[in-house]
Amino acid sequence: MIDFAIGHFNVVAYVVLMMLGFYAMTAKTNLVKKLVGMNIFQWSITLFIVSLGAKRGATIPIILRDADHASSDATVLEAALYVNPLPHVLMLTAIVVGVATTGVALALLLRIHKQHGTLEEDELLEKIRSSRNPLVPSR
Amino acid sequence: MNIHQSALPILIVAAPLFTSFVLPVLGWWKRAAVFPVTLAALAFCGGASIVAAREVLATGPIHYFLGGWAPPWGIEFRIDHLGVVMLLLLSFITFLVGIYSKRSIARELPEPDQEVPFYTVYLLLVSGLMGIVVTADMFNLYVFLEITSLSSYALIAVGGGVAVVSAFRYVILGTVGAAFYLLAVGYLYSVTGSLNMADLATILPDLYDSNAVRVGFACMVIGLSIKMALFPMHAWLPGAYSDAPSAVSALLAATTTKVAAYALVRVVFFVFEPRFSVEIIPVTALLSWMGAIAMIVGSTMAIAQSDLKRMLAYSSVAQIGYIVLGVSLANAMGLTAGLFHLINHSVMKACLFLVAGSIVYRTGLRKIHELRNLSAKMPWTAAAFSVVAFSMIGIPPTAGFFSKLYLILGAINAEQWVFVGVILLSSILALAYFVNVIRYMYLSPDKAETGTATTTGGQPVAIPEPQRDEAPVSMLVPMLILAVSVVLLGLFNGEIVSRFLDPVVPASFSR
Repeated sequence: MIDFAIGHFNVVAYVVLMMLGFYAMTAKTNLVKKLVGMNIFQWSITLFIVSLGAKRGATIPIILRDADHASSDATVLEAALYVNPLPHVLMLTAIVVGVATTGVALALLLRIHKQHGTLEEDELLEKIRSSRNPLVPSR
Repeated sequence: MNIHQSALPILIVAAPLFTSFVLPVLGWWKRAAVFPVTLAALAFCGGASIVAAREVLATGPIHYFLGGWAPPWGIEFRIDHLGVVMLLLLSFITFLVGIYSKRSIARELPEPDQEVPFYTVYLLLVSGLMGIVVTADMFNLYVFLEITSLSSYALIAVGGGVAVVSAFRYVILGTVGAAFYLLAVGYLYSVTGSLNMADLATILPDLYDSNAVRVGFACMVIGLSIKMALFPMHAWLPGAYSDAPSAVSALLAATTTKVAAYALVRVVFFVFEPRFSVEIIPVTALLSWMGAIAMIVGSTMAIAQSDLKRMLAYSSVAQIGYIVLGVSLANAMGLTAGLFHLINHSVMKACLFLVAGSIVYRTGLRKIHELRNLSAKMPWTAAAFSVVAFSMIGIPPTAGFFSKLYLILGAINAEQWVFVGVILLSSILALAYFVNVIRYMYLSPDKAETGTATTTGGQPVAIPEPQRDEAPVSMLVPMLILAVSVVLLGLFNGEIVSRFLDPVVPASFSR
């Protein structure tokens, strides 16, 4: 069990972070906290996928032509010597998507605060309920 | 292998995308030009879809390699038979809703000069939808999924007031769905080292025992189910659809959940083999039960609504159930039924939401019981609603009848008798809530009001004939076209199924 956790610490880390985000999204009533939870949820996955590209003892994926040619005549590269750059590149895009999502969500929160004067979910629901059904007096 | 390459797939995505970049500048220079340019871009998508359809039917799938990099290294765009159906459907709906939105959105925008950003986001949404359909790359699909979702959050929030709260709820849930999808892409990439769908389909069969593949598959199904609002992950849908501006409700109800369903079909049957999804991890059995529950719960909740748009939104939850149930029966008839219902429901729900929007536009009424005698005031609108409602219930010769017929035949082929019962029960529930609306629309006000008149005065009071106040032409025509196409889809169902949907069915399915 411990060995598995140490061997897969990237998986453990992402699951813990993800659950932290999930907790914030479900248990918190403040909408900003929900948004932060959503961000933690997203970034945990980003972190996990970035970790997929890592290799022990490997270097950055810039091919050193001279060193390679010096060691052998063939142009065959040792893949194990270089980290996989593709997950990082993919996550660069995913980060941009995440930033855009956060931007849209923050803009929505601004509008909510302007129109309803609160960012607490329970107060907000109360206000919406009383506006939907005028017979129920609002607090 | 002779691969048919053409630039069509990229053009269909790029045209709305670049137009949406140009629009803000154009709007700054000349605001009146924004709407025609938007429509031109949408019409271009429609034209390109038709050309693509002709090519695909004649020569088979069209490929495009971005930057000239051949797959599996480069990103590939690909249009096949299923893609063609979706492209035609999406460009048809987005064009008609685009025409409709001109008048309706002018009244619903908080400030008059916000037309430019509205159409910018509208085109961004369209390019995201088209991208989901044409892409053959798993990660690319994620990006397009998020482009679509981000623009729909913004469009919903245009409604103001409660809509902003609904939009925020959708942001949270939609992002969780996308995050699950991304996680699945990560898992699949970690074991296969590939992102291309066709390449994955060849690598994956050897890895079906791998836990990473199984977890990835599960995450992918969950993520896409949230995006398509499959019960019990539908919580974002009713609020988002009923509070959004009317044109946006119609657009989203007809497109975003449908492309997510399309992506699910892609993943479950074409990236993974049907034998994986049916036997190794019986996810189709699970999905079919969730679909069946969605049909019953969605319809029951729809009956309980007093707000017309909210009723339609819950009806959408039920209809997603039909689509998922059909697809996950995993036989030829069921898959055909699911896909055919996907087309039908897209057209039907677009029309119904447009009708609801026109009623709000002319009368300001949203409650079903306030719609009394609407047929005298807006006869064409009421007629369009009735035709489509009959189709939703499943009365021949409308499209809804045929998709339900195929669905029942598919359930019988699969020997799932419970589902036959569920389909019939759900149709009866649909009858209950749609006939209720039609009844109010065609009920004359005489009964109730003469009743009060005779008790007070004894003499029946002449009630003035209500003024005819039909929706503006630019709003009426899209509704009527959609209503007519519901009947046409029904009449030509054999043609559509044999031409477009039969080639989609995987060879391993029982016929």
